[in-house]
Amino acid sequence: MVPRETAIITHGHADHARFGHQKVIATPETIAIMKARYGDNCAQEFRPLPLRQTMRMGEIDITLYPAGHVLGSAQVLLNDGQTRIVVTGDYKRGKDSTCADYEIVPCDILVTEATFGLPVFQHPDPRVEIQKLLQSVNNNPDRAHLIGAYALGKGQRVIKLLRESGYDKTIYLHGAQRKLCDLYQAHGIDLGVLENVGNRKKSDFAGEIIVAPPSAIKDRWSRRFPDPVIAMASGWMQVKQRARQKGVELPLIISDHCDWNELLQTIQDTGAKTIWVTHGREDALVHYCQTHLGLEAEPLSIQGLGEGEDE
Amino acid sequence: MKEFAILLEKLALTPSRNRKIALISDYMAVTPDPDRGLALAILTNNMTFTHIKSGKLKDIAKNHVDEFLFKLSYNYVGDTAETIALIWPYYEEGYDLPPLHRIVEEFENTPKSDIPKMIENYLTIATPNERWAMIKIATGGLRIGVSERLAKTALAKFGNKDLQEIEEIWHGLKPPYLSLFDWIEGKGPKPHVKFSDVFHPLMLSTPIDEEKDFEKLDIADFQVEWKWDGIRVQLVMDGDKRALFSRTGDDISAAFPDITQNVNGSAVLDGELLVGKDFMPDSFNHLQQRLNRKTVTQKQMSSHPAYICVYDMLFDNGEDIRNLPLIQRRKRLEEWFDKNPQTRLTLSEILESSTWDSVTSTRQKGADDHGHEGVMIKRKESVYVPGRPRGEWFKWKRNPFFVDAVMMYGQRGHGKRSSYYSDYTFGVWDGNNIVPIGKAYSGFTDEELVLLDKFVRNNTVSRFGPVREVKKELVLEIAFDSMQESTRHKSGIALRFPRIHRIRWDKPVQEVQSLSEIRREFLI
Ligand SMILES: [Zn+2]
Ligand SMILES: [Zn+2]
Repeated sequence: MVPRETAIITHGHADHARFGHQKVIATPETIAIMKARYGDNCAQEFRPLPLRQTMRMGEIDITLYPAGHVLGSAQVLLNDGQTRIVVTGDYKRGKDSTCADYEIVPCDILVTEATFGLPVFQHPDPRVEIQKLLQSVNNNPDRAHLIGAYALGKGQRVIKLLRESGYDKTIYLHGAQRKLCDLYQAHGIDLGVLENVGNRKKSDFAGEIIVAPPSAIKDRWSRRFPDPVIAMASGWMQVKQRARQKGVELPLIISDHCDWNELLQTIQDTGAKTIWVTHGREDALVHYCQTHLGLEAEPLSIQGLGEGEDE
Repeated sequence: MKEFAILLEKLALTPSRNRKIALISDYMAVTPDPDRGLALAILTNNMTFTHIKSGKLKDIAKNHVDEFLFKLSYNYVGDTAETIALIWPYYEEGYDLPPLHRIVEEFENTPKSDIPKMIENYLTIATPNERWAMIKIATGGLRIGVSERLAKTALAKFGNKDLQEIEEIWHGLKPPYLSLFDWIEGKGPKPHVKFSDVFHPLMLSTPIDEEKDFEKLDIADFQVEWKWDGIRVQLVMDGDKRALFSRTGDDISAAFPDITQNVNGSAVLDGELLVGKDFMPDSFNHLQQRLNRKTVTQKQMSSHPAYICVYDMLFDNGEDIRNLPLIQRRKRLEEWFDKNPQTRLTLSEILESSTWDSVTSTRQKGADDHGHEGVMIKRKESVYVPGRPRGEWFKWKRNPFFVDAVMMYGQRGHGKRSSYYSDYTFGVWDGNNIVPIGKAYSGFTDEELVLLDKFVRNNTVSRFGPVREVKKELVLEIAFDSMQESTRHKSGIALRFPRIHRIRWDKPVQEVQSLSEIRREFLI
């Protein structure tokens, strides 16, 4: 992704929000996240655009609608009076109390992500996954539970889901999770008592839950915990082979993206006749739109995106 | 079935061996017969449904899922069972799968034409994990990191029995192992198994520690024999009934009828399977070729006849003599040979061994003149116990050879090593190309593994599933026991027991020898 004169940023994940644009248009929450992650000067100018407010740029009206992905995440509606184009950014349809719910935005052209755009991805209810975690914590009182979760969005969602299931003990954080958890709390999302791992004794973590970035859970860092159960919260955990490859003992299928059925549902809900697919498994979704839904569809390759991890 | 599916998933995801053992043992404790016995059979790979094929299951799925989408999904997931389990488009909630024995019964008895319907029904009422487990059971080959030995160890733990005791009768029992579980739970006697009905687990040796062991050991207490470069086998004979087992207890009789049809007497013998005329062994590769065949041709049997160099006796007729010392077992073996003349069995020679020095020179001479693998040093008083008891039998291999080679591919390891690229394919120059000559996954320290893993990750040029091709930049010094001709490898050679001796970070790849050079130097 090259720096632009003006960039509309859908949300704060690193594969969508970069350092160095001249002017950034985004929700106030996303701007706060960008500043927290990349510093106050990561763009020369910020233009906050709250959800559902319209701003005119040349001949085009721009409106942001909630995408249900992470705090501040938005879809972008571009409207020139004749054609309505919606760029979804990353989004999901399931309930998530750490951000505003996705909203259907009728349009002519839908530019959709397809991170989990294969029919093997059918995400279960995240509450069931959290029960799996709590059960494992119960069954293994001598072991720590180390949950790999991305620092923006997934970490807070896992914590919130735990709180909503009645888990009210202190949850421990890897240092890299702290900043954004504080930011979420400052935005009124109550995550309960969180403490940094710090220099506690190994045995202090028996029976406790620690949230850390995925890169840390198999790292040297994890050796400070008593015989940790390595867990990982991600839509990719649906595939056992993938969990095994990553050395994950307790896969938690918790995704901040649409699964296959939600992608199909959204395409139909928006009423769009033309679908551009990007950011993930374009080929499968394009094929399905063309042969099963009778829609015009094509892959849209976007500059600078690597393999679609959760971020 | 529900509980067994959960067990299989946990086993697949748990890296720790001890925890796997605990999982299985806990399952045995709470699961009724016959389900736990069937589960045991499945875990030990002793239950197969030959008429249910993985390709057939794929076809079933493709009848309900867009073929192109199935293909893309399979390419991503990389496992047929899991692809079908995840992609199956129907789910009817509220049904419980029947118990394991009912499913096994149906898998066994459903006529071929009704199989698709049965499978479809089950897929629809099962959760994704249950589907995965069911397909794995139906098609065999679980690949969840549970060996037969691990499953039996769990059983021993559950019943508070000695693993050896279970091993001893295991091969004479059949699923669902009701009498076994009765005995283990103290509800019945130990199942009786006739000596000729089963494989008897082997006694194994440990490598000698040249620096420590010789000082401690008195040569007068030991008997020295050649270490042969063949396959360890057990020959079970009881009148017309004869069976040949590999060291893990696989019945390999079918590949070696020239042995089973040409021996006589009643005994259980321990020895080395070799091929060659007049008891002169050919290279290991010829043996390997015969071993890989399900059936054997007349031509192979006459060009490479099989024989066994016998070095121990476990049963003399029906009598269990494993509790006699080796020296007495040997005497019984010699007497048995006198009474039962053989054309396919020969007695292992006992070598002169008055001093350690003479053993040293025998070992060297055997390697140089006959290509022997080394010598076996066995305590004369040793009784025959399964497993690897310390200090009883030693192997003293001849010194290895060394060759420099270039790392070509790294592959992910298993279990504890699954986060590392720990299996390396290496090669040597052939013209301007590097051709693979072997693969090694041992010989390095944990610290070196970290460095090798890092090298693979930082120098990847392409990926194929768990394998990464690397830049041809790192020289590995490979130790190996022998080099032989092989038609199975592009290079035409095969190394025995290759392992990484040193990592030559300093050495330029240009200095690695060529294939023709190493052939000239090492081929036997
Ligand atoms: Zn993204
Ligand atoms: Zn994202």
